[in-house]
Amino acid sequence: MADHKISRRTLLTGTAAAGALSLTGLPARAEVNWKKYAGTKLEVILAKGPRGDNLQKYVKEFTELTGIQVESEQIPEQQQRQKCVIELTSGRPSFDVVHLSYHVQKRQFEKAGWLADMTSFMKDPTLTAPDLVESDFSAAGLQYCKNDKGQMLSLPWSVDYFILYYNKELFQKKGVAVPKTLDEMVAAAEKLTDAKDGTYGFVGRGLRNANMTLWTNFFLDYGGEFLDAKGNILTDGPEAVAATKLYQTLLTKMAPPGVAGFNWMESMASFTQGKSAMWIDGVGWAPPLEDPAASRVVGKVGYTVVPAGPKGQYSATYGDGLGIAAASKNKEAAYLLCQWAVSKAQGARLLQAGGGVPFRNSILNDAEVQKGVKMPKEWLQSVIDSAKISKLGLPVIIPVAEFRDLVGAAVTATLAGSDPAAELKKAHDQFRPILERSEKA
Amino acid sequence: MSALTQSTPAAAQSDAAPEKELRPPSYWPFVVPALIVVLAIIIFPWVFTIWMSLNEWKVGSPTTFVGFSNYLRLTGDPRFIEAVGHTLVYTVLSVVLPLVFGTFAAVVFHQKFAGRGFLRGIFIMPMMATPVAIALVWTMMFHPQLGVLNYLLSLVGIPAQLWVFHPATVIPSLVLVETWQWTPLVMLIVLGGLAAIPTEPYESAQIDGANLWQVFRFITLPLIMPFLFIAGMIRMIDAVKSFDVIFAITQGGPGSASETINLYLYSVAFVYYDLGYGSAIAVVFFLLIVLLAAVMLYARQRMLWTEIASDA
Repeated sequence: MADHKISRRTLLTGTAAAGALSLTGLPARAEVNWKKYAGTKLEVILAKGPRGDNLQKYVKEFTELTGIQVESEQIPEQQQRQKCVIELTSGRPSFDVVHLSYHVQKRQFEKAGWLADMTSFMKDPTLTAPDLVESDFSAAGLQYCKNDKGQMLSLPWSVDYFILYYNKELFQKKGVAVPKTLDEMVAAAEKLTDAKDGTYGFVGRGLRNANMTLWTNFFLDYGGEFLDAKGNILTDGPEAVAATKLYQTLLTKMAPPGVAGFNWMESMASFTQGKSAMWIDGVGWAPPLEDPAASRVVGKVGYTVVPAGPKGQYSATYGDGLGIAAASKNKEAAYLLCQWAVSKAQGARLLQAGGGVPFRNSILNDAEVQKGVKMPKEWLQSVIDSAKISKLGLPVIIPVAEFRDLVGAAVTATLAGSDPAAELKKAHDQFRPILERSEKA
Repeated sequence: MSALTQSTPAAAQSDAAPEKELRPPSYWPFVVPALIVVLAIIIFPWVFTIWMSLNEWKVGSPTTFVGFSNYLRLTGDPRFIEAVGHTLVYTVLSVVLPLVFGTFAAVVFHQKFAGRGFLRGIFIMPMMATPVAIALVWTMMFHPQLGVLNYLLSLVGIPAQLWVFHPATVIPSLVLVETWQWTPLVMLIVLGGLAAIPTEPYESAQIDGANLWQVFRFITLPLIMPFLFIAGMIRMIDAVKSFDVIFAITQGGPGSASETINLYLYSVAFVYYDLGYGSAIAVVFFLLIVLLAAVMLYARQRMLWTEIASDA
């Protein structure tokens, strides 16, 4: 990851802003007793990435504040998920605080009862700073962190909105306007494609499983809903077929060859090499795109929201949070750490480096914090606009991985020429019994 | 256990006695440690896997005994059936190709020429590299736009290929990696075989006026056959259970075009956390490997038999 350094000035403004907030004349409340759990030792398991980096880099400040020692490790996402599940199943996890991917793990963790309930902690003024209130988290964040009984099982940490990245230089050369609708996007992609020259109008994830995050954004824009009231999966209806056709058109006619095997990494490579004019993916990729050492399109990247479909305009949303293992013996200390990780100072650092977007509106909408953002202003604007049209990008079910694999394989198969409706039907015939079995268990 | 320890002094006492049948038990205690290890790390996991395969066993949910329903599910699971097909194609190709090229390389490197030792050393280098590192390098070389392979093809006027990024070419492309890495192993084994062949048959063939192909077909090949079988067996076991290269390059994609049983098994057990169903796949997979090995052993035995018959 390119550049997550924070200048002294931004750090000072961030801290000053946090300080100013505590002076804004909030009614006198009991103070948080930060030192109460001094001497405790916490273990944290993190997925590798800018969030983990941000925590590890500044965790000394937390230790100074609380006297709590923190041992943390970052593991690549896939392996981290597996390790967490295996350890939590054993009933004696080696960690107190766990970094979880909501869009994959929410329902699994809730159903298994692996996370401690934080509801009472959040109401306790000796444990919770006055600025940390539920209403500060965005709707998507609350949807992710609360279970159906309304208990708070984790603190939302960082949200990932899907946005449209585009290459301004290529757009100018071909005289193409930034698309506002999906139809316009297809037309633009067609104009921007010049196979002889090796440039293509669009690039995005084609690889099975990974591709579902892009596909679902189209699906949502076509008015799709993942589940009906009874919990039946709906991703093979007319909306899904229409979304798949769009996906098929874009990725077979206007995308680089081999896109069926592309994950975000290959897509990004094509975009940073200036070979693809548009790319839809998570907001978190701005730092490498703007890093001169890794990108040929520095300063030429435009950022905007995903274009509107016939039935609405949405930004497919994913996110991660921090939870406390139900088996942990240091739940209060662990809660202090979670709180610190999603605090204003830490959230500001994350946003300013472009490494993630805090779920807390008070951070995102703070003018001082915004000033310190190192990424282009357009990027920040696309984040703020996406927040308004955010919708969960994956169904909240236990077998998310199976869903992504099976439907993702069907969607990838259409890139080799298969019929969208037939492929989707086949995939759902396979997936439905799996979903039923998981809900019954 | 206690019975065993008690029997030891008894056996020791009888040592002096002339009856020899009583001697073997005195060695038993020495076998016990090995037996415990075998039981703990081979037998127990296997029995436990079979037990898991008879249960609905999902991580995070209670387990229930379901009999053979996991196995019945396999028969109606198109992903599993496709995975079996991919595994067989992948295995056949990545056994046959290294055998052919390895034998050829061995015959070449058996000749005496300047710099032979050095070139042999170079030739076996792929074998020494780490599969995952190799896989990552090949992934870059396979890239349809930026990879070196398409650049090389363009130099000789062949249009760009999609390699591992197209369902039709993904398995042959993966086999290419496998062949590149494991041809040297076959060569080493066959070289050993060639070194053991006496020179007389070649001299008489020369006198009879046999050409190079005839010499290879009727003298070299039959004499190195046992070595080829060993190499084939090792390659087959390796290819069937191949995981690292496929996982690192394609993760079974595009779609599920290169998903072998092993990759599917991994997904089911460790991504979907469906341990019961995963165990059922593991059991079937194990039976498949045993079956393949048995077929090869049978073929080998038949071959020996016909050899003897033709000698007679």
